Amino acid sequence: MDPNIPNHCPGTDSSSAGQVSACQGCPNQNICASGVTQLPDPALEVLKHRLSSVKYKILVLSGKGGVGKSTFTSLLARVLANENEQKNIGVLDVDICGPSLPLVFGVQDENIHQSGSGWSPVFVEENLSIMSVGFLLESKDDAVIWRGPKKNAMIKQFLTEVDWGDTLDYLIVDTPPGTSDEHLSLVQFLKSTDNFSAVVVTTPQEVSLLDVRKELDFARKVGLPVLGVVENMSAFVCPKCKVTSEIFPKNTGGAAQMSYEMGVPFLGSVPLDPSLGQCCDEGVNFIQKYARSPTVVAIKNIVENLTRNLQSM
Amino acid sequence: MSSNVKHIILVMSGKGGVGKSTVSTQLALGLVAKGYRCGILDVDLCGPSVPFLLKLENQEVHQCEAGWVPVYTDESKSLGVLSIGFLTKSRNDSVVWRGPKKTAFIKQLLSDVFWEDVDYLIIDTPPGTSDEHITVMENIKEAPCDGAILVTTPQQIALDDVRKELSFCRKTGIPILGIIENMSGYVCPNCSECTNLFSSNGGKSLAEHFQVPFLGTVPIDPRVSSETSKYVGLTNPESPMAISFNSIVDRVINPN
Repeated sequence: MDPNIPNHCPGTDSSSAGQVSACQGCPNQNICASGVTQLPDPALEVLKHRLSSVKYKILVLSGKGGVGKSTFTSLLARVLANENEQKNIGVLDVDICGPSLPLVFGVQDENIHQSGSGWSPVFVEENLSIMSVGFLLESKDDAVIWRGPKKNAMIKQFLTEVDWGDTLDYLIVDTPPGTSDEHLSLVQFLKSTDNFSAVVVTTPQEVSLLDVRKELDFARKVGLPVLGVVENMSAFVCPKCKVTSEIFPKNTGGAAQMSYEMGVPFLGSVPLDPSLGQCCDEGVNFIQKYARSPTVVAIKNIVENLTRNLQSM
Repeated sequence: MSSNVKHIILVMSGKGGVGKSTVSTQLALGLVAKGYRCGILDVDLCGPSVPFLLKLENQEVHQCEAGWVPVYTDESKSLGVLSIGFLTKSRNDSVVWRGPKKTAFIKQLLSDVFWEDVDYLIIDTPPGTSDEHITVMENIKEAPCDGAILVTTPQQIALDDVRKELSFCRKTGIPILGIIENMSGYVCPNCSECTNLFSSNGGKSLAEHFQVPFLGTVPIDPRVSSETSKYVGLTNPESPMAISFNSIVDRVINPN
């Protein structure tokens, strides 16, 4: 943190900013005292205008990492895009330290182009485009070593500068694990727009559910409607003996029980299929390639439940 | 950082859910089994898993004149733990903090905990290369940090994120003790066929590519992994997971 910031800074958006004793000697005291820091963020208006053509905004959340947020994001987008060619789907990856979507969609070598109307996303299909910080890195080894404020500025820029086209039916936002800067910023920026909701992904074991309950608590605290919970990697069918087993045991009843306890809808379970992981690594469209897999059937069911909940919201 | 700590080991990964907390706890339990005194500092503020894994939920942190007293797993005080999980009211409570608040809290964790003669302090981190990591790195510069263990799973999507963590360590001058490939294959409990759920050998080739030590592969075995609060080398000494962890513990004690 900037060593010039006083230890007991009340925060620039506080009503006492610039006026308390801790502000004495702070180089920004005059700016804070003038009240400009408390005016509404001018970017919010720009953002509202930019996203006015977006019908539904869906955040994909999980308190836990590695449960399949990016995989589910890609499957949700692919299913929605395949269902109806007239519908446009946009996907935004705000996992700034670990962007996975360019790889999962098989477009990791693409570049972002800039036009007069903003940044152009990368098109995976005619009606499916994505934007990720991964496109902005020079090499895939590059680490983005940023503290919160810089990440927030990047997210704001993504929301205000990307030109998603004339209309977008769904904007799906893939998030990093946790309940911190990225999540707070997204909620802060998008809360003023309509049709804003979240879907939560988990795996069946308690160590994951423990973190996901925290994410649901976060959603409740900030007033973000939850469309439902998806349980990923739930059962595994051995390719040799065809016997089903639980890789990550539901030691506390799994996601269905947790959803019931937390009072949110349960959207369904996705069985673990090793070919899905392989498709993600290769950027192949799993829904098309393995159309008969029980995993695809389960995902289509979940998307159906999800869109139904979206309509009734 | 108190002078009572002899070695510090960071457990990191760019990717979430790869088993950082499992590696942290098993490593600590393994070192304790060898007679060392250990501490685990859990700096994953949004998703602390260590109290659950060690069956220490609902325990409380106490304060003494010298600082915060960690929660000990038993009376021998050979393994102490400090996690934000001990400070929240309910296990479902979310910690919704932005970076500066996380930074301040981690600084406090690094300076104010009263570790009593700890041989190995293991710091379990959240995924990513952001506030938590920068803060830890900046504040242990003067401390006896052996380096970082990077945990990954075998598939490309995890490896890509771990490469970024490797770059982070190199940029910030943290030595890399090695890479562990976790969830490498699943043994069917019915027919014992081993399936590579998330492909295989990715961690090994990553270690070769970056010329850092490869510490071994750890398979998924639900029979073993259900007992998280005991060292796998003691509960299931014959299992492949135990063999892997035994060699990892030895490598940590004798790095060369």
